[in-house]
Amino acid sequence: MAKRIEVSGLHAYYGGVHAIEDISMTVEPRSVTAFIGPSGCGKSTFLRTLNRMHEVIPGARVEGKVMLDDEDLYDSAVDPVAVRRVVGMVFQRPNPFPTMSIYDNVAAGLKLNGVRRKGRLDEIVEESLRGANLWNEVRDRLSKPGAGLSGGQQQRLCIARAIAVQPQVLLMDEPCSALDPISTLAIEDLIEKLKTQYTIVIVTHNMQQAARVSDRTAFFNIAGTGKPGRLIEIDDTSKIFTNPEQKATEDYITGRFG
Amino acid sequence: MSSESGVETRAAEAQVGARHRATGARMSTGRAGDRIFAGAARGSGIAVLAIVAAIGAFLVWKAVPALQENEASFLTSEEWNPNATPPRFGIAQLAFGTVMSSLLAMLIATPVAIGIALFISFYSPRRLAAGLGYVVDLLAAVPSIVYGLWGLAFLSQHMEGISKFLNGALGWIPLFGGDSPGKSSIFTASVVLAIMILPIISSISREVFLQVPQAHVEASLALGATRWEMIRMSVLPYGRSGMIGASMLGLGRAMGETIAVAMVLTFVPGINWQILENGGATFAANIANSFAEASVNGRGALIASGLVLFVITLVVNMAARAVVARRKEFV
Amino acid sequence: MTTHSTGLTTHSTGLTPVSPGRKVKDRLVQALVYLAFALAVIPLVSVLWTVVVNGAKRLDLTFFQFSMNGIGGRDSGGGAYHAIIGTLEQVLITSVIAVPLAVLTAIYLVEYAGNGRLGKAISFTVDVMTGIPSIVAGLFVLALWLLTVGFGFSGFAGALSLTILMIPTVVRATEEMLKLVPNDLREASYALGVPRWRTVCFVVLPTAMTGIVTGVMLAVARVMGETAPLLLTIFFTKAINNNPFEGPQASLPTFIWDQASDPNQNSIDRAWTGALVLIGIIMLLNLIARFVARRSAPTGR
Repeated sequence: MAKRIEVSGLHAYYGGVHAIEDISMTVEPRSVTAFIGPSGCGKSTFLRTLNRMHEVIPGARVEGKVMLDDEDLYDSAVDPVAVRRVVGMVFQRPNPFPTMSIYDNVAAGLKLNGVRRKGRLDEIVEESLRGANLWNEVRDRLSKPGAGLSGGQQQRLCIARAIAVQPQVLLMDEPCSALDPISTLAIEDLIEKLKTQYTIVIVTHNMQQAARVSDRTAFFNIAGTGKPGRLIEIDDTSKIFTNPEQKATEDYITGRFG
Repeated sequence: MSSESGVETRAAEAQVGARHRATGARMSTGRAGDRIFAGAARGSGIAVLAIVAAIGAFLVWKAVPALQENEASFLTSEEWNPNATPPRFGIAQLAFGTVMSSLLAMLIATPVAIGIALFISFYSPRRLAAGLGYVVDLLAAVPSIVYGLWGLAFLSQHMEGISKFLNGALGWIPLFGGDSPGKSSIFTASVVLAIMILPIISSISREVFLQVPQAHVEASLALGATRWEMIRMSVLPYGRSGMIGASMLGLGRAMGETIAVAMVLTFVPGINWQILENGGATFAANIANSFAEASVNGRGALIASGLVLFVITLVVNMAARAVVARRKEFV
Repeated sequence: MTTHSTGLTTHSTGLTPVSPGRKVKDRLVQALVYLAFALAVIPLVSVLWTVVVNGAKRLDLTFFQFSMNGIGGRDSGGGAYHAIIGTLEQVLITSVIAVPLAVLTAIYLVEYAGNGRLGKAISFTVDVMTGIPSIVAGLFVLALWLLTVGFGFSGFAGALSLTILMIPTVVRATEEMLKLVPNDLREASYALGVPRWRTVCFVVLPTAMTGIVTGVMLAVARVMGETAPLLLTIFFTKAINNNPFEGPQASLPTFIWDQASDPNQNSIDRAWTGALVLIGIIMLLNLIARFVARRSAPTGR
């Protein structure tokens, strides 16, 4: 149930600001693709164009094509709501619904899609929590508020919530940046496990993390402040980290800037 | 950028002032100035406290003689004859009219006001939001005497038909029953009040909606929620206590509203549960209507009824503020 | 993790459109929300329209030049000169009393009170004051100024009751503005050895000034339309009374009330014109206040 993403000629804007310029790439199914690059290079913006979350911000717009297998996400006939159902997202800071219980958080997306039968919901909630490696920690307090969990648990809850609706693709926007090292490790293990089923795209500030979890890595950069972000290169992670094509990539990897 | 330079010039001015003082005046002038100024500020604050305390005290003081003369039960009697000898007056009808008209106004206004707040916060084009908010605020700028005039000349003429329709369709409900639905009814007063409290409910709701964290909004959108589902999952639960508090503040406002109600309601003695029929009275409207002809004792009686209104609105407003403040728990 | 595609089969087919039920609900709510806004605009437009159409009939020079002295309800002519004078004097006196008191109170709350008991008590009191029904403010002045101290009806008594209504609005507006003044500015001033009161008067207040002016103008616009407390404090007169401290005075709102309670068409026309003039002044004040606020926003950025 994983799908391939093919982006071509994609530009994104915030009002009059050109945020990212002319990006084309292919994201392979059942693999982890990492986006790295200095702050402000547009990697998060680009990630948000992959499930049409970019346009949630007032004045923001996108040009170009994003094909999910054979469907263009930006086709005028496509409803962004349907896109987000199929392309799930996990945010930088864990954002469980504060008024909902752990159970209801996971079930939230399912209920939207008309799954109402209690037995069916129970089943999927358990599967999703198991899938997010959280079941054992929360099985006896499913009716407690999700906000009561630790940061790392909350983030896994958000992952459970995202996979409960069985998306084709899972986008993760720096999912570990607000977490401690142990929670980070837990999430990385989880990503490793999830990639057998999902197309995963992860934005990260942490190059070791990119090296650890991803199969392919894309490097983004900006030519200077106020200039749009660009994709410099994308390749197998091992190649990017050992023998990149571009000098800028090498400089970034070896810590010469950013 | 302009403010930054403003800061600089002001800091420079302050510097000049400081140098001036260091050379010219002794340190003690600064101290004395500080003491005087702080005293004035503190004194003003205490004066405000004293005013509110005095309101309670003087109302009680001036109400007591009339209450002692009163031959009827102040709380349960429906008649209002404080000018008679012996005076007989009670607040039952006034309390009923006040509570009924305000509650109805709140019920009518709250959904509309929340709809307006949602419209401005989530549906209208972002560039127009401020302007649209201003349009709604203009409703609050219209003085109540003008609402009264409009209610009398325009709204109540149209309310007659609406009331007849409601009476025909829902007459089996006692509240909407009665034989002669009219235009100067408690229902008409409620509609005017509802319009008047729309702005306060919607502006507080908007404030609450503004505080909904973007992260919660994005959480539901990223799950594939439609706009309405996003509002239901992320906005309404977060804003619930704020919205309840807002409508209660609206209720308090409606209870104290005087002139518009005094103009559209026709006084008919006695409690009438059939709110589509002409007649009814509220605390505030009764004070405005009866003051000019009130005797000494009559004024005392009006003050007593005003005291009750003061206490009721105080309780409602405090409860409302407590509820609004509760939303801070989430953050 | 097993796949649970049974019952969720639609999910595996990609970008299935949102189910019609959900879409309809979304659209329905959208329609309701637009309707709610329309429901607010309709009375606003209707009120303004009625006032303008009916008020225009008597919007002549006579209206601004003459009082109602010697003019009965049935007579044509007559004007609101006495009422306009009354309103202006009353609002001026109200501002002179309320603004310093309110601004100083706000300064106390923001600059001095800290987390102390007194500050909390005053802040609570201001909340209470915000909710005081205007008629109760009138009753209070009646009980204190007229029945206890023994003064008669006067414009000043009216101003006292309006003061009670104006104070909380100005306190809250000023408080907001003072809170927006960045702390760096205060600290920079203290660091230069400037005493606190000079810092407040010459650094903090000027920075917050436009915001405070806006707040005061909005508060003035608000109390200017108050009728109820004036009925109990200034009473009625048809004649010009330039002295706000002696004898009943007129005001625009009570003029409207008085004229509207007379069933003669000439009276009702005068009431509408009074309403038009009142609304005109209030809207003008509102617009100027917004304009001032926009011209120089008090915050940085």
